[in-house]
Amino acid sequence: MIYFALLILVIISYLFYFVGKKRALNLKFNGNIKLSSQPDYFGYYVVLMALIPALLMWFGLLLFKGNFQEMFVMSPILFPDISTWSDGKLGLILNKLNNLSVIVNLPLDDLTNGEKSILNMASENELTAAKKLANFDKIYGWSNLTLFIIFPIILGFLATRSISGKLNAQPIVEKIITYIIKGSSYIAILITIGIFLSLVFEAINFFRYVNPVDFFFSTGWNPNRAFVVDASEGFDKDDLENAFGFIPLLTGTLLIATVAMIVAIPLGLMSAIYLAEYASKRVRDIAKPIIEILAGIPTVVYGFFAALSLAPFIKDVGESVGLPVSAESALAAGLAMGVMIIPFVSSLSDDVIKAVPQSLRDGSYALGATRSETIKKVILPAALAGIMGSFLLAVSRAIGETMIVVMAASLRANLTFNPLEPATTITTQIVTSLIGDVEFDNPKTLVAFALGLTLFLMTLLLNILAITIVKKYREKYE
Amino acid sequence: MNSLNKRLSAEKRFQAYGLFAVALSMFFVLILMWKIFSTGSGAFVRTTIEANVFFNPDFIQVNQNSLEKELYRASYVALADEVVRQNHPKLNEEQFIKVREMYTRKFDYQLRDYLLDNPDKIGQSIIMKITASSDLDQIVKGNYPRDVPEAQRKINDYQLSVLDKLTSEGKVSSVFNFWFFTKGDSRDPESAGIWGAVMGSLYALIICFSFAFPIGLLASVYLEEFVKPGKVTDIIEVNINNLAAVPSIVFGLLGLGMLIGVIGLPYQVPLVGGLVLGFMTLPTIIIASRASLRSVPPSIREGALAVGATKMQTVFHHVIPLSLPGTLTGTIIGMAQALGETAPLLMIGMVAFVMEIPGGPLDPATGLPSQIYLWSESAERGFLEKTSAGIMLLLLFLIIMNTAAVVIRRRLEVKW
Repeated sequence: MIYFALLILVIISYLFYFVGKKRALNLKFNGNIKLSSQPDYFGYYVVLMALIPALLMWFGLLLFKGNFQEMFVMSPILFPDISTWSDGKLGLILNKLNNLSVIVNLPLDDLTNGEKSILNMASENELTAAKKLANFDKIYGWSNLTLFIIFPIILGFLATRSISGKLNAQPIVEKIITYIIKGSSYIAILITIGIFLSLVFEAINFFRYVNPVDFFFSTGWNPNRAFVVDASEGFDKDDLENAFGFIPLLTGTLLIATVAMIVAIPLGLMSAIYLAEYASKRVRDIAKPIIEILAGIPTVVYGFFAALSLAPFIKDVGESVGLPVSAESALAAGLAMGVMIIPFVSSLSDDVIKAVPQSLRDGSYALGATRSETIKKVILPAALAGIMGSFLLAVSRAIGETMIVVMAASLRANLTFNPLEPATTITTQIVTSLIGDVEFDNPKTLVAFALGLTLFLMTLLLNILAITIVKKYREKYE
Repeated sequence: MNSLNKRLSAEKRFQAYGLFAVALSMFFVLILMWKIFSTGSGAFVRTTIEANVFFNPDFIQVNQNSLEKELYRASYVALADEVVRQNHPKLNEEQFIKVREMYTRKFDYQLRDYLLDNPDKIGQSIIMKITASSDLDQIVKGNYPRDVPEAQRKINDYQLSVLDKLTSEGKVSSVFNFWFFTKGDSRDPESAGIWGAVMGSLYALIICFSFAFPIGLLASVYLEEFVKPGKVTDIIEVNINNLAAVPSIVFGLLGLGMLIGVIGLPYQVPLVGGLVLGFMTLPTIIIASRASLRSVPPSIREGALAVGATKMQTVFHHVIPLSLPGTLTGTIIGMAQALGETAPLLMIGMVAFVMEIPGGPLDPATGLPSQIYLWSESAERGFLEKTSAGIMLLLLFLIIMNTAAVVIRRRLEVKW
């Protein structure tokens, strides 16, 4: 329905372009009126006038559909105790009504047995509400269609009629387009604000249940304790104590990120040095894209690889030398993540090393230094700031990486610095707390947003730091 | 002299380290690919068992004149059991259960689908290749060892003897697994397909493109062409750079908190997934598009302005068309990244068990990477194969997209 309506809207606006243009041409040649813009612009003018209000109203209707629906269907007459319902229950009932509304008006013969039993289980009031909902959906569908056809047609004709010698369409069209362009560039800011607000609001909700001091400084992580109690009855203080302690997640994240950096920094940096300083052009042209394939592989693939091959392999190796290695060791996740980050470090370091002026190299060679001495004593110190910046970006990437740790790291929190033991991370816990039932009134779900906010701020800090360092470094040699 | 030798050998060592690092990184690519291909190739064939099927109308309660709807509704479970009994005569009840387990549980659907295509076969006998169960499939492919104690095998000795008898009669064969490319997810590995997830990802990418491409293009046009560098552009620029480095999972939380929680869009649909991926792709597109706009020489703009075009005409008629190949390249690379992103899909629920193939961006769906994740979490060996095959398909799409980006850049980009 909605796709059909959108298609019609596109066709209508396309037609109106010709209507507007035609009328302008008509005025120009048959009416001998001197137009102040090119005929094209009258076409654009009519299209914009017809299209924009319809799209804005459609967007509004879409945004408030839920509210209208509730107003129309969930009346206190049908459901007397509606004011006492929690959001979760309201959602469940609405969901049920939605399912009912699809089948409630169908003839009984067309229903499958499952659908019949759903109908039989519903109460009289629910059936009435479901019928109302079906009506509402019908009305809503028709109003959408009206909005997409009749409304733009009326507006389009009004706009066409207003075309005259006095109307200067070009500045109006250009002004509207300028606003659209300007608006587009602000969307990036809106997204950031959206991220921040949605994280902050839900995090505040979370901190209503859990004291921030407990969250940031306690060492126990057992969110399932909050799961067993019913949200509507409130939470026992003892249950929530030590249930949401951030510290083990932080150490786990840092542990895995450290393992990853131990792999990625030497390999990435040495690859970059080799490719920038030693390799012939042919070797570089082959090796660089191959290494960059590593960056293009989706992280879910690394996660699968880490869980399927790497972790058992490490466990076997560890056991053969008599070390107890967990099947979900931080080492396996960290190694896979390190491989993923190699191209990240190498391509950033490559840029930085290439930016070091040739004169520094020449000076060093002139003093009789070998290539490796030049690299170690001249190029790397000169490029140090930039390389540090790229390391920081890589760290931020490692901290925010999700799929590898979700698939290969442990789900159980473990306060340890031993990479052979299992450890969990911030991102893993965000995913675990949101898979399954999402209830916005339970700290078990809300903790994801508190963790997300912390993660967002951590990576933001690292990024800003890294970008500033790299920028400073670039300015030094430009 | 000694010290010079030392220095030279240090030089050699250093160079060797570098070469080793490059080689090791390339080795990782190789081993990753090898592992995926060696575990995944099995998913493209499936084992079938040839059986004589008599479409006995008594068992399915339909006749030659039945409507298509009735054929669809009828229950084929009894018929499937009967087919097994006929092809393996003289089984006691226990043996029957074991033999029935060798065929797929979805056997009855296979019978139904056949009858829907050939309704005139009611009351007739045909020879059909019935899909084997996943456990049997794995034995035939050699992924399950046969020489372990019976208790450790999914297929017991009796079933093995039946299998060997069928094999010696030439009834066991492998066919190309069309189901993998045409069906949605399933609880049984042998009938699980990836098409539902492909469509889910496709719808999400369409939404992602229709959001991120126009907005990214226009935003970069504004920043490059219409506004003088100042405080506002600085803020936007810093903001875009930071947005590009925000972890993808945070975008998922934005989708869950804002789009689903506040605006009230439905859970687990490609529309929300596409929007979230669009948010993520936007910075990539803006950065690429700005670079591309910057590379259009000022003489083009000056030429257009000199013959009387307005700023708007200059930009839309000349600058944007010339910069479009670069923008498109950036867009395709951004979309390829978006296609591989899993974490945001997990957050907004596109990771549920969905059997139906989604018909639009508002139907519940999974995406390609989230389907891979789902399969990888399941314990059965049959799904391991599917996971790798799914990854191969995902990588294939990524290769196609990245190649397209390179081709566009080579063919269309104008060098000034």
